[in-house]
Amino acid sequence: MKSLQKIDIVARDLSDEVQKSTYLSSKAKTEKRMAILQKDFPEANRLREIAGEIKQHTLEHLDQYLAQAEASLKANGAHVHFANDAESANATILKIMQENGAKRMVKSKSMVTEEIHLLPYLEKHGMEVVETDLGEFIIQIDDDHPSHIVTPIIHKNRKDIAKSFEREGLGDYNDDPETITRRARAFLRQKYLDADVGLTGGNFVSAESGRVSLVTNEGNARFSVAANRIHIAVVGIEKIIPKDRDFSLFLNLIARSATGQQLTVYNQFINGPRSPGQPHGPEQMHVVFLDNRRTEVLASECREILRCIRCGACLNVCPIFRQAGGHAYRSVYPGPVGAVLSPLLAGNRFPELADLPKASSLCGACNEVCPVNIPIPDLLLRLRDKAKREKATDAMKGTPSLGLWATLCSQPAMWKTALSMGHTMNYIPTELIPHPSARAWQHNRKLPKFQGGEFRKWFRNRPPSSK
Amino acid sequence: MSNDRDSIFSEIKKALDPLPERTPYPQWDDSMTVCHAHPEFNSAKELFAHKLAEASGRYFDSVQILAQFLREEGNTFGYCDPELASLFEGLDGISFETEYDLAKVDTYQFGITTGSTGIAESGTIMLKDGETSARLGALAPWVHVAVIRQEDIVPTIGDAISRFGDDPSVIFCTGPSKTADVEGILIQGVHGPGVQVALVV
Ligand code: SF4
Repeated sequence: MKSLQKIDIVARDLSDEVQKSTYLSSKAKTEKRMAILQKDFPEANRLREIAGEIKQHTLEHLDQYLAQAEASLKANGAHVHFANDAESANATILKIMQENGAKRMVKSKSMVTEEIHLLPYLEKHGMEVVETDLGEFIIQIDDDHPSHIVTPIIHKNRKDIAKSFEREGLGDYNDDPETITRRARAFLRQKYLDADVGLTGGNFVSAESGRVSLVTNEGNARFSVAANRIHIAVVGIEKIIPKDRDFSLFLNLIARSATGQQLTVYNQFINGPRSPGQPHGPEQMHVVFLDNRRTEVLASECREILRCIRCGACLNVCPIFRQAGGHAYRSVYPGPVGAVLSPLLAGNRFPELADLPKASSLCGACNEVCPVNIPIPDLLLRLRDKAKREKATDAMKGTPSLGLWATLCSQPAMWKTALSMGHTMNYIPTELIPHPSARAWQHNRKLPKFQGGEFRKWFRNRPPSSK
Repeated sequence: MSNDRDSIFSEIKKALDPLPERTPYPQWDDSMTVCHAHPEFNSAKELFAHKLAEASGRYFDSVQILAQFLREEGNTFGYCDPELASLFEGLDGISFETEYDLAKVDTYQFGITTGSTGIAESGTIMLKDGETSARLGALAPWVHVAVIRQEDIVPTIGDAISRFGDDPSVIFCTGPSKTADVEGILIQGVHGPGVQVALVV
């Protein structure tokens, strides 16, 4: 169907199984989040607002805070690098490896490395890279893409995973989640010990101390760092927060919003190589601060999206994400956050993703759950406007022209008839509908039977007012 | 790269210069982030024990009972921080090494290291690199025992943050390592310890 948008096509073709697992898991997470926030904090909503203001404040003073973070890290013996774009970041990481004679890398989950396609780049240059987060490891052996920023394999079930493990020689077919986990533990343990470099992302960076905070449940970031002589952290420049004190606010919020926990199991705060006398852990720490169009977003009227702490709550609550799944967004960042961020990060490929901001009913649930209070629906509207101004034709697909609508609305008699007759459209074969966009519209939708008219009837027959 | 640095800073400046005003840093009180959803306890230590259990961690204040627990689960050989060794010497059926041998990474069933701080409001154990005798000793074995002095249990996360000092690598551990990646089913013991113990002395 030509007039369908790409996201509709993916949603239509999604298997029932994938749709169901995405839906159920998202729903469960949303409910857990609500319960714990309300139970733990009398002023939960105020906390979100404060967190949003702190991030907004930091972004609007980013030049100062980024320089401060750099200086703090350097003072603690860490190396700091800056990268304009994916290419520069990848080249910087490769160079660090080459200069140290490193061949093998274990990496923990990081959306930013998905964004810059680090893994294929390093492999092309002869490096061995292993994903260590269980979900990301499964994505890697399946040559797949994550469909959620927190739970990357939300689209897979245990049978799929058991088959992949069998194929990769990790044991006979066994779809017990505990067995799957133990096998991954045993396999990856050796990988940690054999590697030279541990690579991580960074959830927050304190400008005050330079501490890079890593938030994980599995312990893979701990192992990736502890078992290696070089630690590289790749971090978007928007991840800065002003002070160490702010960690208490953000860690409380990210754990509850992402997974409904009070605190994520492991929160690491690292600002340099290992301490004197410590036998394990890196002799070198490198932090790569990545721009990759974030400064463009900062200059745009959608800069609030840079507050995002990647908790995934907006994905879980979104009716579109629940139906369409993460892959429908055709980019690294799915869901409401992705509908804003992905087209912006695409630069001059904006028109290719300009349909994403339309994949929303503007119900506002994403704004309501966002721990940094990002007005996502407003940003979506701004991007729809941008798409229109930039004549992004893909984004217009399936939208009926409003001319017919306008005529209808300006003629009361016609309007009334149309209302009561509308559902008869359901009985007209779509090919026979004369107007092309009405045809497209009707192809995917059924109009309900008109049940109104009561108010007008009542108004006409109402008893005369006593005054 | 150094010219990347210059261009990033100049792009940031270009983006921010036109802003008519900038959002100030908001006023907020540390007490706002403290979780009070728990029964009343008489001491930070009791709350810590309660919260640790809620996070699926194990709390002990007796070496003998801990030894019993280790034996019951069949975790009888491990690694121990040499400075803590005197606490665990001569325990029936329990043996350990005080020098971490990388070749035995999967042989050690437990690892005993110093926990620098306990956080009562969340049942969290804070490890500092400078006080941890061997990072892998606290991470690789199935059971990790953090030995925490009673006076090092602080009420809040904020209190713990103010104790970071200049340690280069601080870790908060709240319960055992876990995942819910496979169909959202919770499994404990992924890459880190499957059993997280605090021994308060
Ligand atoms: S936009 Fe808000 S809710 Fe969505 S992932 Fe980012 S921080 Fe979480």
